[in-house]
Amino acid sequence: MILTTLKRIARAGFVNFWRNGFLSFAAVVVITLSLSAFGGLVFASAFGKSLLTDVKDKVDINVYFTLTAQENDILALKKEIQTLPEVSSVDYVSSDQALSTFKDKWQNNALIMQGLDEVGGNPFPAALNIKAKDPGQYGNIANYLTSKNTQDQNGSSIIDKINYQENKLVIDRLTAIIPTVEESGLIIALLFVLVAVIIVWNTIRLIIYTARDEISVMKLVGASNVYVRGPFVISGIMYGVVSAVITLILMAVFAYWSDAFVLKLAGVDVASNFSLIVNVLSAYFVANFAQIFVLIMGSGIVLGGVSSYVAARRYLRV
Amino acid sequence: MIYYDKVSKIYPDKSVALDEVSFSVEPKEFVTIVGHSGAGKTTLMKLLIAEDYPTHGSVFLESTNIHNLNKKEMSKLRRRIGTVFQDYRLISNKTIYENIAFAMEASGRTDAEIAADVPHVLELVDLAHKIWNFPSELSGGERQRVAIARAIVTQPDIIIADEPTGNLDPTNTFEIVRILKKINEMGTTVLLTTHNRGVVDAVGGRVITMENGKVIRYDKTGKYIL
Repeated sequence: MILTTLKRIARAGFVNFWRNGFLSFAAVVVITLSLSAFGGLVFASAFGKSLLTDVKDKVDINVYFTLTAQENDILALKKEIQTLPEVSSVDYVSSDQALSTFKDKWQNNALIMQGLDEVGGNPFPAALNIKAKDPGQYGNIANYLTSKNTQDQNGSSIIDKINYQENKLVIDRLTAIIPTVEESGLIIALLFVLVAVIIVWNTIRLIIYTARDEISVMKLVGASNVYVRGPFVISGIMYGVVSAVITLILMAVFAYWSDAFVLKLAGVDVASNFSLIVNVLSAYFVANFAQIFVLIMGSGIVLGGVSSYVAARRYLRV
Repeated sequence: MIYYDKVSKIYPDKSVALDEVSFSVEPKEFVTIVGHSGAGKTTLMKLLIAEDYPTHGSVFLESTNIHNLNKKEMSKLRRRIGTVFQDYRLISNKTIYENIAFAMEASGRTDAEIAADVPHVLELVDLAHKIWNFPSELSGGERQRVAIARAIVTQPDIIIADEPTGNLDPTNTFEIVRILKKINEMGTTVLLTTHNRGVVDAVGGRVITMENGKVIRYDKTGKYIL
């Protein structure tokens, strides 16, 4: 009996969806727009995050050592720095590595290569590249290094220069901006979601309002609440599912189009320097498809289904 | 079978639709309630299917006070009463078949019963050929016959018909009366409201006359005096 009832409710829901073509179309358009707003937020936050990570990643401090500094002193210092809680990574670049990187970069420029030959030997100091977990912590790390004043056996400092002061301005600004950007992004996202929910809710309310007389007839014929409301909820869920599918297709199209667009706009050279900006959205879409699918499909089903459930309620009081 | 006990209905705008109305209806009776528009006939019908609630008094079906029922019992009670409305109230996006099937589905009949009974009842009201049409494709008389088919398909104990002929021409009117009489002969209690003298005379049966929310006459057989 329950199975028969469920079957009948489902069938009535499908038939409603199909026969009320125009209303269903209107609902699908509205829900699709709302879900697209969700999708846009997902993309915006993905793009913003990748941009932020990119910029954060580009910020570091370099400790340059004197040319006479011993490698094992430097490695000892590296080990020590790694134990600091604020530090996320420390890379050691020996003077040989620095030289070969330089040579690779400028090998086609005869003038610079000639200049290098004239200097003779290896003018590049060894260095440590330090990245903090949070841009706000660079100051502490720099202070730590300065106050520590590591010395070699002869008692002279092995640190030649810390370039924190040069990067300080960028680091400070980023530290100030990032939380603001993240917070305002969240507020805008919540506002968007609220507006979307209200619009969908009202659309579905109107659709069910047009059926209020039929709801009361169904009740007067002796149908139970579940039996009257069920088909509306099924139709509502169908609006959500169809809208979600359309939205996911739109998101995929947008992701690939925007990536191609950014690449074209920036030019392949620039884009390859900012490796992370290339294919951000399509890569993100593919990598997180399962979550995006659940979010969009889930929001669609909940929006359509719950709105219908609640909207039908007031007309059931016959 | 049906018993109205000093029923009053006062609407929120203080207009009195029913004023201490009492009468009873015996099983298998065909009772006609007559009166001008606004005499309280429709309110009387609405109270029986609990579409509305009385301000004072009670309405009993057998020994059950209709307005004390909970939702579930209410749905069950409504399945015992087939209702024909003046404005048909068919479901516009369902076919004639589905409209009638809906009443059966609501009362929990099996698919096999529905498939067998719906065409049968449509034959009874002479609309078998319109089974897959939508209500908007039917004339007023045809829609009213569908509404009757929907009301009788579940074989309810009682049929209430509120001005079923109000919007129909004389030919259709007498067709409807003929169908209702036939249903009554098969053992169903029928409660009919009308302001049409011809209908009253054609039905025969007991007549209750109402005016301004009060019952002013009871007549053993068809008589229209106003």
